[in-house]
Amino acid sequence: MTQDVTVPPIAPPPESALRDERRADRLDRIVGTVQRQGALAVLVLVAAIGFAAFPNFRSLANAETILISAAPLALIALGMTFVIITGGIDLSVGSLYVLGGVVAAYASQWGVLAAFLAPLLLCGAFGVVNGVLVAYTRMAPFIVTLAALLGARGLMRALSNEGSETYLVRSEAFRAFGSGEFLGLAYPVWLALALFAGGAVLLGRTRFGASVYAIGGSEDAARLMGVAVRRTQVNVYVLSGLLAGLAGAVNAARLGSGVTVIGVGVELDAIAAVVIGGTLLTGGAGTVAGTIAGVLLLGVIQNLINQVGSVNISWQQVISGAFLAVVVVVQTYLTRLRRIQ
Amino acid sequence: MTLLEVAGVSKTFPGVRALDDVSFALQPGEVHALVGENGAGKSTLIKVLTGVYQPDDGAVRYRGEPVSFGTPLDAQRAGISTIYQEVNLVPLMSVARNLFLGREPRNALGLVDERRMNREAADVLTRYGVRTDVRRQLGTLALGAQQMVALARAVMVDAKVVIMDEPTSSLEPREVETLFGVIRDLHAQGIGIVYVSHRLDELYQICDRVTILRDGRVVHTGPLEELERIRLVSLMLGRDMAEVRREGVTGFTGEHEVQGAQPVLRAAGLRNRHKLHGVDLAVRPGEVVGLGGLLGAGRSETLKAIGGALPLDEGTVEVAGAPLRRRTSVGAVKAGIALLPEDRKAEGIVPSLSVRENIALAVLPRLSRLGLVSEKKIDTIVERFMTRLRIKASSPHQRVGDLSGGNQQKVLLARLLATAPKVLLLDEPTRGIDVGAKAEVQALVDELAAEGLGVVLVSSDAEELIEGADRVVVLRDGVVVGTLDGADVSTEGLLRTIAAASSAAASAATQEEAS
Repeated sequence: MTQDVTVPPIAPPPESALRDERRADRLDRIVGTVQRQGALAVLVLVAAIGFAAFPNFRSLANAETILISAAPLALIALGMTFVIITGGIDLSVGSLYVLGGVVAAYASQWGVLAAFLAPLLLCGAFGVVNGVLVAYTRMAPFIVTLAALLGARGLMRALSNEGSETYLVRSEAFRAFGSGEFLGLAYPVWLALALFAGGAVLLGRTRFGASVYAIGGSEDAARLMGVAVRRTQVNVYVLSGLLAGLAGAVNAARLGSGVTVIGVGVELDAIAAVVIGGTLLTGGAGTVAGTIAGVLLLGVIQNLINQVGSVNISWQQVISGAFLAVVVVVQTYLTRLRRIQ
Repeated sequence: MTLLEVAGVSKTFPGVRALDDVSFALQPGEVHALVGENGAGKSTLIKVLTGVYQPDDGAVRYRGEPVSFGTPLDAQRAGISTIYQEVNLVPLMSVARNLFLGREPRNALGLVDERRMNREAADVLTRYGVRTDVRRQLGTLALGAQQMVALARAVMVDAKVVIMDEPTSSLEPREVETLFGVIRDLHAQGIGIVYVSHRLDELYQICDRVTILRDGRVVHTGPLEELERIRLVSLMLGRDMAEVRREGVTGFTGEHEVQGAQPVLRAAGLRNRHKLHGVDLAVRPGEVVGLGGLLGAGRSETLKAIGGALPLDEGTVEVAGAPLRRRTSVGAVKAGIALLPEDRKAEGIVPSLSVRENIALAVLPRLSRLGLVSEKKIDTIVERFMTRLRIKASSPHQRVGDLSGGNQQKVLLARLLATAPKVLLLDEPTRGIDVGAKAEVQALVDELAAEGLGVVLVSSDAEELIEGADRVVVLRDGVVVGTLDGADVSTEGLLRTIAAASSAAASAATQEEAS
């Protein structure tokens, strides 16, 4: 398919220019690595401090606790990563997470399959509406998904009698999924790992992933280059809705009931985790691996604060907020550094 | 067989007839120049050819078949590739990713084969003179290299037609040579090329045929060789050489009395990579100096550079003998330079605010004391300028967005004058406003000059330039190529200077750039 173009030989650029070019290549690689792996480095550092300072932190059981409690947020953040890379935002995921949990617990009376499918269908439908509104009416994702946030929360309250009724999980198999283990890791953790692996392939190695990056980098250019902008936008919001619903189901399975009083502000935690993980809030750049690091970093910070014991749990949010601020400032600086050469 | 053809195509936007019964034919292996001034309809025609716009009327035929491309993707799939003037690639993605977006090589599992993609990208780009790590973000490359990536991408898609919109505007001379090499090669392969550029030298160097658009109509089409440069320019600008110098078409009265020998504005050696290559300009009080030249010659850029809105690599600007130290818009305003931007909607007025608020925006810093502003003082100033400029509004509180174009322009002028400038830079002051308001604005420029302001006027309306200016400095490719003085300030003189074979001047400029 490539046409054979025989461009006449060009006078090679002077040696000094080549040297500059190589230096620019190198600098760009270093800065890019910091942008992508910064969160991982900080995670390792914080975990190392935890290892050194708190004997309880070192235990295998504690590591498992961190992983299992991070699993729902991880799923939500995975979908959010796709949305943010396209330059969008999905505020509805917190509500969809709770709604998914309530629906999963309710549907568990018809078996484990229904307990998974019902929240996926419902939250996926919310994702379709979000995506279609963003892609076809060109409304701001912020407003569209804010509306979905309110709508999903309202629906959840309507289904649960103003939030006062907590449905218990009726399916043994569904409950077993929430509490069971395989090779020492809880099923939800395995599920999250598998989906992250899939997400990394989807984002990094498929044409769909390339479209996601292209849209976030420059929507106009993407359209002119022939990217199916609208379809891709719809898909990322559907993906985000599905994962939020799944996260709700996983949490319901783990808790054994559809708890209605959680989930407020979860969308903001997810956004924080994604951004800390090196994804640009303006879109166009980011990785799934970074998001894992971001989610775990938030989880480890929370866990460490629990270890200290005497410190009020609310400090976790203060520290997470400070991290977020630092990350955003550093990201901005690094991006500028890459441009000026 | 004609490769790509439009017949009788019209396209109307609210208030503008962008294309009016336009026909255009591209033969295989032909390099077809498409030229015209701002608003002539080139971009619209390109967008119709590539499926961005659907024509209201008329037909597009591709390889003999009537076609209707719904999206750029459809056109691209059919073999029509476009390189836009602004590099339309994704700056945050890697070079290789950009090159292959949408047709990445895939392995047996259907996954993108990154190694192969990077290797092939490196191979392809080497042939275009781009030597860089293809994994680098595209946005970190120089503009010329980015343009080359866009070109490589356009050619790679098995194109039958390549449309190039001002492809050389950000290229170094060495890169222009590479581009021409690619074009000659495509030409030999029977690929049709639509080449949009304002650089006459380039057109004559590389193009076979030319189609000239003006005000949405085709005014000429034919072999380029047979068309004299001056004729080409006069067709573009719409000035018949025979009907030169008609008096009284504009609101200008004629010569101005130059006051004092010391220039109020002196700009020297203005340089900005790709845009300006050493422009000198001096304006005395009471003088109107016109800047002539074609689109892209560097007229607006010169004004912006003086007004602090375009960063300079080199050059000095002096107002009344005092050099400007901080080269920012604020610094320029403080020094007494007022710039009327070309695009008043995007860069000038605030349509949702009232006439009074728009005028007051500029004077607020000067009138406020401890952050407080006297409402009465503002009222006085606003009233003075509304009367003075004959701004027709129901009251000072009318929304500017509801005024006519001419009155909007006057509000903007009022805002500039309220800062009591010494130098007025006017970029297309009468574009898009009706005839009556046009004459009024022109008369106003006369008056302001008579009051001792130094005025620099950019206009693509040749008559306005000739009759309004005492002196016309002609630019081409960011260098001054001539100055018309006294009796030479005529349409014919202007056309001759613009069209003059510029090889000497141009190559001197490029050599200077390269060194």
